[in-house]
Amino acid sequence: MSVPSDFRTPIARARGLGSAKDGTRHWWMQRLTAIALLPLTVWLVASLIAIGAADHAQTVRWIRSPAVSIALLLTIAALFHHAQLGLQVVIEDYVHGEGKKLTALIAVKLLAIALAATAAFSVLRIAFGG
Amino acid sequence: MAQFTLPADSAVRDGRTWPAPGDAKRPRTFVVYRYDPDSDENPRRDRYTIDLADCGPMVLDALIKIKSEIDPTLTFRRSCREGICGSCAMNVGGRNGLACISAIEDYPGAVAVHPLPHMPVVKDLVPDMSHFYAQYASIKPWMRSRPSPPDRERPQSKEERERLDGLYECILCACCSTSCPSYWWNGDRYLGPAVLLQAYRWLVDSRDEAAGERLDDLEDPFRLYRCHTIMNCTTACPKGLNPAKAIAGIKKMMVARSV
Repeated sequence: MSVPSDFRTPIARARGLGSAKDGTRHWWMQRLTAIALLPLTVWLVASLIAIGAADHAQTVRWIRSPAVSIALLLTIAALFHHAQLGLQVVIEDYVHGEGKKLTALIAVKLLAIALAATAAFSVLRIAFGG
Repeated sequence: MAQFTLPADSAVRDGRTWPAPGDAKRPRTFVVYRYDPDSDENPRRDRYTIDLADCGPMVLDALIKIKSEIDPTLTFRRSCREGICGSCAMNVGGRNGLACISAIEDYPGAVAVHPLPHMPVVKDLVPDMSHFYAQYASIKPWMRSRPSPPDRERPQSKEERERLDGLYECILCACCSTSCPSYWWNGDRYLGPAVLLQAYRWLVDSRDEAAGERLDDLEDPFRLYRCHTIMNCTTACPKGLNPAKAIAGIKKMMVARSV
């Protein structure tokens, strides 16, 4: 028999550090971005199929139209926010060990922001750039 | 990472075989998980073949027959033998349920009997429920009202009482919680479907005065939001309840008070 290393009572373990009073916002934003992505994804896929045969100049002209630029920026925001929220859940579910978990959570969040910024900058550059 | 494989000294091996009695009319084999904490041996699966012609209809009847006639060392919990105490919750044929209301004839071939999944095993089919019960205690499962009790009964309308239907019947057997992958991976912090259903039972009780405090205590990425609507809980419940719906009810209340 090994000597137990945790002599806390069961109720102390169950209560742990108490409630974080958080999580509803995460849950709500995940649903909100999912609702936003429904029409945006359909529009994006349909548009990409429609302009599939277009050349470079036509594609740039398409992105430059204000409605398309705005829709693309909205898609980027919703998509990367949604992806980050979803990956956070996967990490919290499966990555045990506080160090590894924290590292993964930070990496996913920063990567999502960096990728979203890059994608948004690309659209803005085409929309406003020369 | 979440642990998907058993440690070497927990790997289950083949155990002893007790053949059918020679004059058996309806032989049926039960493959039962055995673990003895007093030995250094790995857990094993023993095979008992009994005569169903001389046995009650339920899986619990077979286990009691094995214990009294073949192997008195077989250990399991049981009490009411009619599906109301929840003691004989175990995994039969790959599904969590109460052995006392699981008919042997519903299982084709050999019947595999294991303890509730992903719980520490005390012995054989007896899991350690300490943490599960402590989690139940942590939600303060009693009516919370102002310090002094009223000097008369607490009235409740028919509609208010009906909100408790489908919730008060829970017998805390833990079939649902131990079928939930989220509870397997994060049961130390996630409350699990049984305890959340009980929490909801008090949240919707019109006589309770602590709904806000209860929601405060539940609002947590792990305590509540590890539920990903997998719904194994609802499939497993031997009482036909719907813990997934109760958890969805709690999530709705969380949104209702913040949006």
